Amino acid sequence: MSTEPTEREHVTEPTPQDRPAARSLAANAQAHAVEAPVGEQPTRVRPPVQVAGTVLPWWAPWGIVAGVAVLVAALLSISGFNLALWVVATVVVGGIAQYVVSRVVEGPRRATDRGVTYAVVAAFALALTPLVSLLYTVVSRGAARFDSTFFTWSMRGVIGEGGGAVHAIYGTLIITGCAAVISVPIGILAAIYLQEYGQGRLKRALTFFVDVMTGIPSIVAGLFAFALFSIFFGPGIRLGIMGAVALAVLMIPIVVRSTEEMLRIVPNSLREASYALGVPKWRTIVKVVLPTALGGIVTGVVLAIARIIGETAPLLITTGVVASVNTNPFDGRMQNLAVFAFSSYKSPGVPPEPSIDRAWTAALVLILIVMILNVGARFIYRRFGTEIR
Amino acid sequence: MTAIAPVKAKSVKATNLNLYYGNFLAVKDVNITIEPNKVTALIGSSGCGKSTFLRSINRMHELIPGAYAEGEILLDHTNVYAPDADPVQVRRQIGMVFQAPNPFPTMSIYDNVAAGLKLNAKKIKKSDLDAIVERSLRGANLWDEVKDRLGKPGMGLSGGQQQRLCIARATAVEPDVLLMDEPASALDPISTLAIEDLITELKKEYTIVIVTHNMQQASRSSDNTAFFNIEGTGKPGRLVEVDTTEKIFSNPSNKETEDYVSGRFG
Repeated sequence: MSTEPTEREHVTEPTPQDRPAARSLAANAQAHAVEAPVGEQPTRVRPPVQVAGTVLPWWAPWGIVAGVAVLVAALLSISGFNLALWVVATVVVGGIAQYVVSRVVEGPRRATDRGVTYAVVAAFALALTPLVSLLYTVVSRGAARFDSTFFTWSMRGVIGEGGGAVHAIYGTLIITGCAAVISVPIGILAAIYLQEYGQGRLKRALTFFVDVMTGIPSIVAGLFAFALFSIFFGPGIRLGIMGAVALAVLMIPIVVRSTEEMLRIVPNSLREASYALGVPKWRTIVKVVLPTALGGIVTGVVLAIARIIGETAPLLITTGVVASVNTNPFDGRMQNLAVFAFSSYKSPGVPPEPSIDRAWTAALVLILIVMILNVGARFIYRRFGTEIR
Repeated sequence: MTAIAPVKAKSVKATNLNLYYGNFLAVKDVNITIEPNKVTALIGSSGCGKSTFLRSINRMHELIPGAYAEGEILLDHTNVYAPDADPVQVRRQIGMVFQAPNPFPTMSIYDNVAAGLKLNAKKIKKSDLDAIVERSLRGANLWDEVKDRLGKPGMGLSGGQQQRLCIARATAVEPDVLLMDEPASALDPISTLAIEDLITELKKEYTIVIVTHNMQQASRSSDNTAFFNIEGTGKPGRLVEVDTTEKIFSNPSNKETEDYVSGRFG
């Protein structure tokens, strides 16, 4: 290597011969050429170093799309303006225009980069559109009855205006809580079996059936619970606990899956460290593996609850429809938010508006509960999640 | 803190030991006597079965699905592979330190050291436990660095400190034998030196078996050296020669050993 000080600066204009850095490189190349055994080596020409090129200003992507939007609007106004067509045309033409401009000004590599970035952002926006639209609709239509009456009144004896969904909120929380109480222990123990103990054909079979269970349509779970309770209590039985059983059928595979995943990422070295201390396997699982995975397991459970709390079909046939508060899941029908929203919208009565407003507010409350659960899950993971390397 | 009088640790003797992974014979016919209160280094190229043999001493080998051992390993006069031997009991007497430091991430420094005792649900008075933790940390030359933050997580320590924490954790249960699987290979030279000094100290109380790829380390810190080799891929590893470290590194009786320690291959 040459001992000359090499220049470290951005070489914008390649001038190969008279810079010390370039000279030393050339000398280096020559030295290697001399070392090489083959006599006649063609002189190696190194490509000029280019650090900077012409780059579009930072606002160019936005500017191009905005320009295209104006242009398309002008063109469309000739034949009559259409909002949907305008948006779609702007997105498509804007992307193409950006690629073309970038390719002309910046060259093909940067153009490809900009094109792909644009496509990714557009896909993201497309995916977000229905969600934003849904949230907007639910919030704007549900806000009308988002008042204290809604959270303090049931529908007992209410016809027309007023009334609330306190019975449905109680029902949702009780039924979901019972479902969680049933499925969390079963799910976590099953996951421990699959990840820590199971092997061979039995494990494969169980994993397969858990996967199948994940795909069970929710109405089938409802029918299962209905049929199960009908055997013991005769046909036509409706209980809160039936709904909880139906939801547990849906929840167990989700809990098993997420817990299994969390147990899998607990490094084997921790299990070995524990075994090497003479700790038996079950204690290793209880005291080392589960605490390490705890944050993830709790998060998985909360997300599983959020996933099943909005189920409608299985609860419609197992817990029934009722207008008054019932807090005993083992006695009589029980209302819940999803079914409340469904039945309020389906058979609103005369006049329909108050009932339809209540349905939207019920949907809003349900979304809020799910959102709180999700935020809670994130918080739990941040606060208690163990850093696993 | 009164100094504890050095006790005679136990010896390890392997006889006709064959180690398998499923149908694959990984290590063939090991016969070796590991002397008590000495450091025995296992050297050899990668894949020749040093670690497999080390893990078989405290029956960690069989934790890998399909892996099993034939033959016997005597801890003093008890066969750890006897049909009625309990692997959990064996591991309480033969501790192990791993290649990468692996403190329990959910536990504090204190709890990591106390883990062996706490996890085995022994009822110990808090003051006794405090004494054991302090003694183990002092033994691992870590006490002065962590005494003010025993409640902090063990993962917050540096790599070298974590490894010494793992050694303290292994010694807290007072095993007879300490197995070390390349304990310094993930550490920088300063931490390595700290670990090597520690090994020299620990042999007063324990029988130490250490796997290492670092020949200087073997020659610096061990009393005896065992050389393992493998004839080729798919062939089982075997013990070529075991002797005092001095003899192995200066005048080995086997040509293969000489080639290896003189750096002619491997």
